[in-house]
This record gives sequence, C-alpha cells and structure tokens, in this order.
Amino acid sequence: MFAQVGAAIAAVMLLGGPALAESKLTDPQIAHIAYTAGNIDIAAAKQALTKASNKEVKAFAQDMVRDHEAVNKQALDLVKKLNVTPEDNDTSKALSKQASEKLAELGKLNGAAFDKAYVANEVAYHKAVDSALETKLIPSASNAELKSLLQTGLKIFQGHEQHAEHVAAGLK
Amino acid sequence: MQRGRFGLIAGVLSLAATAVPAHAATITIVMENLVVSPAEATAKVGDTIEWVNKDVFAHTATARNGDFDVMIPPKQTVTYVLKKAGTVDYYCRFHPNMKAMLKIDGKPSP
Ligand SMILES: [Cu+2]
Repeated sequence: MFAQVGAAIAAVMLLGGPALAESKLTDPQIAHIAYTAGNIDIAAAKQALTKASNKEVKAFAQDMVRDHEAVNKQALDLVKKLNVTPEDNDTSKALSKQASEKLAELGKLNGAAFDKAYVANEVAYHKAVDSALETKLIPSASNAELKSLLQTGLKIFQGHEQHAEHVAAGLK
Repeated sequence: MQRGRFGLIAGVLSLAATAVPAHAATITIVMENLVVSPAEATAKVGDTIEWVNKDVFAHTATARNGDFDVMIPPKQTVTYVLKKAGTVDYYCRFHPNMKAMLKIDGKPSP
C-alpha cells in the first residue's frame, strides 16, 4: 500500500520537478494539465464502478465522476471562451503514463483488496494534485478566469481528499 | 411564486402544529465555489432555512448530530423547516471541507 501511495505522489511531484522549474508553464499547458488530472480521476472512478464491492466506495466513485466531469466541462467552456487551445506537455504525459500503470495495477486486484487500494490511491492522488495546484499551477496561471477556475478546482480536490479519507477510515 | 408557496407551507404547518408561529422567518444560506455563507447563522425552531447552491456540483447540508441531511442539487435551492433547537454543526458529505453552523433557538418567533 505504501509503495502505491509513494508512486502516486512521485508521479505528481513531476509537476514541481527541476525540468519544469526552468521553464514557466503557460496557460495552455496549465489548462491541459488540469484537464488531464480530472480525466485521470474519472477513469479511475469508472474502473472502480465496475470493480468495487463496498457500497461507500461505489458511491464515492460516482461522486468523483460527477464532480470531475462538471469541472472539466467548465474548463472546456472557459478555454473555448478564452480562445485557448490546451497544449499537451511533459507533465500531462507523465501524469497519463503513471495513471495508466496504476489502472493496470489496480485492475489485477479484486474485492476488498481493490476497494482499499483504490481509496488509498484516491487519497494520495488528490493530495498530490492539491499541492501541485497550490504551489505550481495556480501561481503560474496568468489569466484571471483560469486562475479562479483552478482555485475552485483546488477546493474540489481538497474536499474529495477529505471524503476519500473518510471512506478509507470506514474500510478498516 | 416562491413566496406564495412558502405561505402555503407555513399555513399548513400552523394548522398541523400550533407551536409553529405564523411569522416564521426564512434564512438564506448560499453555497458558492464550495464556500457556505454565512458560515454561522442563527434561527428559531419553525424557521425555514433556504440553501441556495450556485455551484455546478451537488452539495449536502448534513448535521453532525444527525438532525438533518439535506441534498442540494447543482444550481438549485432547497428549503428545510427547523424542527429541533440546538447548536448544530453541519458539513457537505461530498466535500467535507465545506463546514457551517446553525444556532437554533428553541423559542419560536412571537
Ligand atoms: Cu459539497
């Protein structure tokens, strides 16, 4: 379990890594990263909806799909309005790669073992995204509307982190 | 229309329970960008709380002591008539970082 949590944190730490510290993230890149981070959580939740056995875990996964789809819809509406094309970048690529590895890893688990591993990863993933939003994405965003959407995104991710912690506590 | 409906509910309630006054108040509490405001509100038994959710996310107003658990869908307003006195901490089950408090006085409005 700790190894999994470590891996999730390590992947998102890339956001603050030295490679990125040299070049400031642009708004099109930030939009792409934020959208990717939401999509990753939606994919994880969709897997959980097919594999989870615990009722609370399933309900949590449903909440994740609903909220992250709503945030991502807002993000798409905003980039359209601002005439910005989200730009793929190394951080987005690293996040996606790590996420598909995690999906494969969780895919091998079943029953209570899956539930525990999924929820533990949700706690770690939301925590890592919170810190990336706070220390990197929000400070780097230039457009005020993008910044404000990221700030709402941060509150959503923080809320989900606490919700996931609550669900995790119930599984013990 | 909202006012008319409220009047009807209040009317029905005062027939049902004489303890509920005709002058019960409506207190509006807004949920926007995952913030509840006002975070602290005072009310009396029989008053109506009107939670206005301005977000695109569903929220709940869930009392820690179990007194109420109200779901407020995205972009909707949900009302709830206070039944019990007490100081009630409540939060959103979906986003537990949303927290607020209601001080409910047992003596209904005169
Ligand atoms: Cu909420």
